[in-house]
Amino acid sequence: MTHSTRWLGTAGALAAASALVLTGCSAAGDTEPSEDSAGLTPVTLQLQWVAQAQFAGYYAAVDQGFYEDEGLDVTIAEGGADIVPQDVLASGDVDYAISWVPKVLGSIEQGANITNVAQIFERSATTQISFKEAGITSPADLAGKDVGSWGYGNEWELFAGMQQAGVEVGDISLVQQAFDMNAFLAGDIDAAQAMTYNEYAQVLETINPDTGELYQPDDINVIDWNDEGTAMLQDAIWANADMLADDEAYADQTVAFIKASIKGWIYAAENPEDAATIVADAGSALPAGHQLWMTNEASKLIFPSSNGVGLIDEDAWANTVDIAMNTENETGGTIITTDPPETAYSNEYVQQALDELTEEDVDVMGAEWAPIEVTLQEGGE
Amino acid sequence: MTQRMPRRILVGALGVLALALLWELYIFLGPADGVVVGGLTVLPRASEMAMPHLWVMLERALDPVTGSASAVPMWQAVLAASLFTLGISAVGWIVGVTVGLALALLMQRFTLAESAILPWIILSQTVPLIALAPLVRRWGAQIEFGAFSWENWMSVALIASYLAFFPVSIGALKGLGSPDANHVDLMRCYAVGWWKTLWRLRLPASVGYLLPALRLAAASAVIGSVVAEVSIGLRGGIGRLIVEYAGAAGSDPGKPWAPIFGSILVGLVAAGFVGLISLFLRRFRRGEVAA
Repeated sequence: MTHSTRWLGTAGALAAASALVLTGCSAAGDTEPSEDSAGLTPVTLQLQWVAQAQFAGYYAAVDQGFYEDEGLDVTIAEGGADIVPQDVLASGDVDYAISWVPKVLGSIEQGANITNVAQIFERSATTQISFKEAGITSPADLAGKDVGSWGYGNEWELFAGMQQAGVEVGDISLVQQAFDMNAFLAGDIDAAQAMTYNEYAQVLETINPDTGELYQPDDINVIDWNDEGTAMLQDAIWANADMLADDEAYADQTVAFIKASIKGWIYAAENPEDAATIVADAGSALPAGHQLWMTNEASKLIFPSSNGVGLIDEDAWANTVDIAMNTENETGGTIITTDPPETAYSNEYVQQALDELTEEDVDVMGAEWAPIEVTLQEGGE
Repeated sequence: MTQRMPRRILVGALGVLALALLWELYIFLGPADGVVVGGLTVLPRASEMAMPHLWVMLERALDPVTGSASAVPMWQAVLAASLFTLGISAVGWIVGVTVGLALALLMQRFTLAESAILPWIILSQTVPLIALAPLVRRWGAQIEFGAFSWENWMSVALIASYLAFFPVSIGALKGLGSPDANHVDLMRCYAVGWWKTLWRLRLPASVGYLLPALRLAAASAVIGSVVAEVSIGLRGGIGRLIVEYAGAAGSDPGKPWAPIFGSILVGLVAAGFVGLISLFLRRFRRGEVAA
């Protein structure tokens, strides 16, 4: 990091030079929440990827005015291939960030002082899928197979599941997976990583050359890490730990933000079609059917909720930390080497948000909630 | 150089046609599963998914982007994105060329500056873009004075200029130093100052080096823009479309190709623009030298 800084500074004749100087001047001290003209507090949320229904609840909360009701003017900042949300948050550029717990645990060990204030996705969406013919029904069957993974922190549930089944990383041939599922469809990968809300649907939107119809769920074996016991906590809302401790206004604002976000997710779960449209209007170019599928699947990760949306389950947290400390990747490394600090998560704010919502007669459990049936079409239309 | 225009266009069109024929020929002749030698794929698959027919791509480009009622035809979406990326690339190119020329002048004027700056200019290109892009965006996000606030597209343009300035500074430096020693001596005999020597001798002499450098800079600016768009997730340009359409590679094979043609289009327009510049500088071109 220091190297690139120095080099950029040296190429200072670039237009960057003036920018850098200005940055140095203004980097500190504008964290105090100030109110805009409508009396709302401006808040920025950093996503971990571009707009898509994986974040439907936040977009719905903006669109439905839930944040406004809580006195917040929320701007959603989309992610990109090289944007690390927890780093953006730790450097103070945004107020909150969405990221996976295992990815953030590594950043926390390297000094990012941030806190998981609401575990929005209770369940993991990561699976390893294979065609029925391959006969891969459990992690033990992965031995000797071509196994796909995106890497960059997406591989840990797979490795943990394999390790639990006694399959070493060396026993499989690990294949780097791309954004698309072509390698899987073409047979280069026997068991491919797939998010239930995205890649799994991509396969089901493709014509099976043997039948001339779309691939069916019956054609595919799914290893679900939730069932294998090696699921790790995924999308959570992260906040700045220092400011939570020192800045009462930020702490209150955090409760308000969580509250409105939960309302957004409840809206998305109950109105998947509308939520999918909201996300499309927010700039996502995914085909409509695929977007609806993603909305529905994201809701499945939340509802029905075991303890109330966002509440961090201590056992699930402990399991994620355990895997992060004890699972080795292909180079023998682990995500973290010591237990994370106590500030790594807190139920204080989400609990308060849930209490307030319950008082307002909002159902934060969704015990009766049932997903809709989404029929996928070729190409996701 | 003395070829007439119609003939050059014909040859160019034939080249594109040959490429298209080659593509279709391989799809026709190539094995659907590719050629694998010892577990290594040496020739690509010719399946519909890996190499869709050109007419599939074309047909797909004419269809709407998605099935929703408000969706525009895909070629229109890609064209809009191409224009967006072209605009950012142009800003990046202009900034890059300006900075590159300024650096070259500085280095030509002061030998000390040359030994001080040149190594850093070369080193600057070894910083990986993926490390640079988020940093630039983060620093940019903190800039705000008065009505001006840094926007994400400016980060992308800055990265484009970071790539574009390099060939210009190197090419211009070489060009400015290219006049014969006896020409420079002649100027000195006449007691002509550095500025006038620059204007009358060095700049005209540098054109042959500068034009290829400008063309390289244009290509770099386009690549830089597309990569930086993906890197920081900027919406509106080709880079974003490439990412968003990639997921459809299996189920809608023609779709991911459209933004690729879009970026080719941007590159062609950028190169054509530099071609226009070289028309204006025609009388100074005594034979171009590869940068």
